[in-house]
Amino acid sequence: MAKKITIAIVGNPNSGKTTIFNNITGAHQKVGNWPGVTVEKKEGITTYDGCTIQAVDLPGTYSLTAYSLEEIIARNYIIGEKPDLVVDVIDASTLERNLYLATQLIDLGVKLVFALNMVDVARSRGLIIDHENLSLLMGVPFVPTVGSKNQGTKDLLKAIVGVAEDRESVSRHIHINYGLELEEEIEQFQGLIRTSASFPDEHHSRWMGIKLLENDEEVIKEIEKSPLKKKVLDQLGKSKAHLNEILGEDSETLMADRRYGFIHGALKETFRQAQRNRRYLSDQVDMVLTNRLLGFPIFIFFIWAMFQLTFSVGQYPMDWIDAGVGLLARVVGDLMGEGLPRNLVVGGLISGVGGVAVFLPNIFILFFCIALFEDTGYMARAAFIMDKVMHTLGLHGKSFIPMIMGFGCNVPAIMATRVLESRRDRILTILINPLISCSARLPVYVLIAGALFGAYAGNVIFSLYVIGILLAILMGQIFKRTLFRGEIAPFVLELPPYRMPTLKGTLIHMWERGSIFIRKMGGVILVGSILVWALSSFPQTVDYSRDYDMEKRKIQERYAIQKEELMQSWQSEKVQLLTREMNLKIAELEALRKDEFQENSFLGRLGKAIVPFLRPLGFDWKGGVALLTGFVAKEIVVSTFGILYQVGEKEGEESEGLRTAIRNAMTPLIGYAFMVFVLVYTPCLATLAAIRRETGSWGWTGFSVGYSLILAWILAFVIYRGGMILGLG
Amino acid sequence: MNIRKLSELKTGEKGIIERVTGVGRFRQRLMEMGFVPGAEIVVEKFAPLRNPIEYVLKGYHVSLRHDEAEKVMVRKLEEQTEDH
Repeated sequence: MAKKITIAIVGNPNSGKTTIFNNITGAHQKVGNWPGVTVEKKEGITTYDGCTIQAVDLPGTYSLTAYSLEEIIARNYIIGEKPDLVVDVIDASTLERNLYLATQLIDLGVKLVFALNMVDVARSRGLIIDHENLSLLMGVPFVPTVGSKNQGTKDLLKAIVGVAEDRESVSRHIHINYGLELEEEIEQFQGLIRTSASFPDEHHSRWMGIKLLENDEEVIKEIEKSPLKKKVLDQLGKSKAHLNEILGEDSETLMADRRYGFIHGALKETFRQAQRNRRYLSDQVDMVLTNRLLGFPIFIFFIWAMFQLTFSVGQYPMDWIDAGVGLLARVVGDLMGEGLPRNLVVGGLISGVGGVAVFLPNIFILFFCIALFEDTGYMARAAFIMDKVMHTLGLHGKSFIPMIMGFGCNVPAIMATRVLESRRDRILTILINPLISCSARLPVYVLIAGALFGAYAGNVIFSLYVIGILLAILMGQIFKRTLFRGEIAPFVLELPPYRMPTLKGTLIHMWERGSIFIRKMGGVILVGSILVWALSSFPQTVDYSRDYDMEKRKIQERYAIQKEELMQSWQSEKVQLLTREMNLKIAELEALRKDEFQENSFLGRLGKAIVPFLRPLGFDWKGGVALLTGFVAKEIVVSTFGILYQVGEKEGEESEGLRTAIRNAMTPLIGYAFMVFVLVYTPCLATLAAIRRETGSWGWTGFSVGYSLILAWILAFVIYRGGMILGLG
Repeated sequence: MNIRKLSELKTGEKGIIERVTGVGRFRQRLMEMGFVPGAEIVVEKFAPLRNPIEYVLKGYHVSLRHDEAEKVMVRKLEEQTEDH
C-alpha cells in the first residue's frame, strides 16, 4: 500500500521542533520561504511502513492566535492546507506552558500526535510524567522522544501512521470544557454560525466560537465577509458584556485562564515533581554568563571571537576564491580571444559570479556562529544583556549582533536580522544597518584621508566610523517615531536552558540560511554586475579625439627601427630597455584611450549628467562616476579613481601616484564631504539584494536607497558649504 | 492586601499573579506564556544593567522589560526562596 501522508510539525520555540523534524526527514529537506514573507519554510520527506510521509516544519509559536506572522502562517497552513495530521512537539521539561498550544490544536479538531520531547531533561529534573494517562485524558497519543539523541523517532513515525490511518485506539476528539458560562456563549456562536452554509462543520463552528471569544482578528475578518456579520458581531458584543458582568474579566483572559485550568486538571493526575527548586547546571552556567560584572566582558569576547572568525579567518578562503575567480577569468579570457563576448563573460559574468562567491566564507562562518549561539541558548542571553542599550536606540536586544556585524560587511549583517522575531525590529535594524561603516568602505577612506589629511588620517577615519554610529542612532530614533509608531512588540523573551548543540543540527542550521544566500541573492548581484558592466562598456564605437591605433603603430614602428639599429651593433641590454620604454608609452596611450572610452560610455555620460547634483557638494564628474561604480561595491570607488586619474586601475589605496592625483583634484574639505557621502549613500548592490531578500519588499528596498541618498547629499552639502562659510575650504 | 507590581519585587522574591493589565498583543502574549491569575512567579535575576528582569514561571525562565513587568500585578508571598 503506497499511501501518502502530509504532516505539519508545530511546537513552541525552543521545544526541539527542528531537531525532531531533522530526525524524521533526515537529509531530504528543502528550505524555502513562505510565500511573500521571509519566514523560512522547510519541507522534507520520508517513508515508514510503506507510507510516504511528507513533513512541513511550521514556525515555532507559543499559540495560534493571530498576533504574529509566525502564528498566522502556522494557523493558515493547518486550516487552509489541511495536512492529514499535525505533530506538536512538546518540551517535557516545561510541559504546562507547552500544552497551551496543544489545547488550541485540540480545539481545531485535527488529527494529532504529541511528541513529548526532551524527556531525559525532564527526568533529570525530577519531573515524572505519566504520558499514557495523559494520552487518554487528552485523546492524543504522547510519544516520548529525545530529539538530540534521535530517540523515539521510530515510535513517533509509528504513531503518525497509526493515527493517520485511524488505527490508534487512544485517538478521539475531545471537547475541552471551558466552564458553564463560556460554554453557553460558545454554543450561541456555534448555533449562529451553523445556520450558514459556508461553515457547516461542527468542530469548525465551535472553533470559530472559541476564537471569537479570544478576540481573534482573522476569524473576525472572516465573519465580516460573511452574511452572518451583523448577527455574530452583535452577539459577540453581548457575550463579552455578559461575561464581564458575571465573571469580572474580559473574554480573552477568561479563555486563557480556562485553558490553563484544563491543563492543570489534566496534569494533576499525571504529573509529579519529585524535587523542587534545585539549582541546575544550566542555572549555574547562567550565573556566570549573565553575571553583573562578568556578563559584559564575556559577551564582548564572544562577539569579538565571532567577528574575528568571520572576517579574519574568513579572509583566507575569500582570498582563495578571489584568486580562483581571477585565474578563471584569465584562462577563459585567453581561450575566447578579443571581442565583446569575451568582455561580457570575463568582465560581466565571471566578475559577477565572483562578487557573489567571495562572500560565501563570511556568510557560512557567520551563520555557523549564529547557529551555535542560538542552539546553545546563548542568543537569548545576549539579548537579555544588551536589551537596555539597544532599547534606548529603539531596537531589540537581539539587534546588537546584526549591528556589530555591519562593521565587517552589511550583507551577512542584514541576513543576521533573521534572529529578530518582530518584523518591525527586523526592518528598523535593516534600514539603519548600512550606516555602520563596513570594511569595503575603508579603502576609500584610506585613499582620500591618506592623500588629504596626512598625519591626521587616522583620526579622520575614526571620525567617519563615529559619524556612522551616531547616524544609525539618530535614524533609528527618527524611524521609530515616524514609520513604526505604536507597533512596539512585547519583549517577553524566553530564556531556554543551555543545551549542548549537535554538530549535525548546527551545520544544518547554517546550511539552510547560507544556501538561501547563494540561491536568491546570487541572481540579483549577477544581473546588477552585468548591467553596470554594460553601462561602462557601451557604446562600443567612440569617436576618439585622437587616432590611438595609428599613434600606437607609429610608436611601434619608431621603436622597431631603433631596435633594429641596436641589434646590429650587438647591444642587447639596450634593446630590453628600449622595449620597456616602448611598452610604457603604449600603456600610457591605452590608459588615455580607456579614459576617453570611460568618459564616453553610458556610465561616463551618466556621471556627467549627475554633475548638477554634485556640484553643490564640490564634486566633479569623476567623483560622480566613482560614486556610480561604487554602487556595485564601495571599494570599487578606489579603482575607478585609478582609471579616471590615469594611474592605472591596479593601483591600490596606498598608491602615491593616486594620492597626488587626489590632492590635485580635491581640497581636504571636499575630500571629507566625499568620504561622508561614500559612508552614507546608497548601500552597495549586494547589500540591496540582501535588503530586498530580507524585507521581502521592493518598497523598503527603494526607501533604503532613497533615504540614504538624500541623507548623504544633505550631510555632504552641510559639510562643504558650512566649511566654506567657516573658511575651511 | 499585599498587591503590587511585579517590577517592584526583588531578586529571589516570590509572588502570585493577580492580573495582567495592558492591552492587545502584549497582554495576549503574556497570558499564553502562562502569566495567568494564580500562577506563581519568582524573580530570578536582573540583567547587568538592571533591565530586563528574569523570572521563573511554570518551570521555565522568561524575561520582561521593567515597563512590561509593571503591567503584571502580583500578590507578594512572604516566604523566600533558598537564595536568601
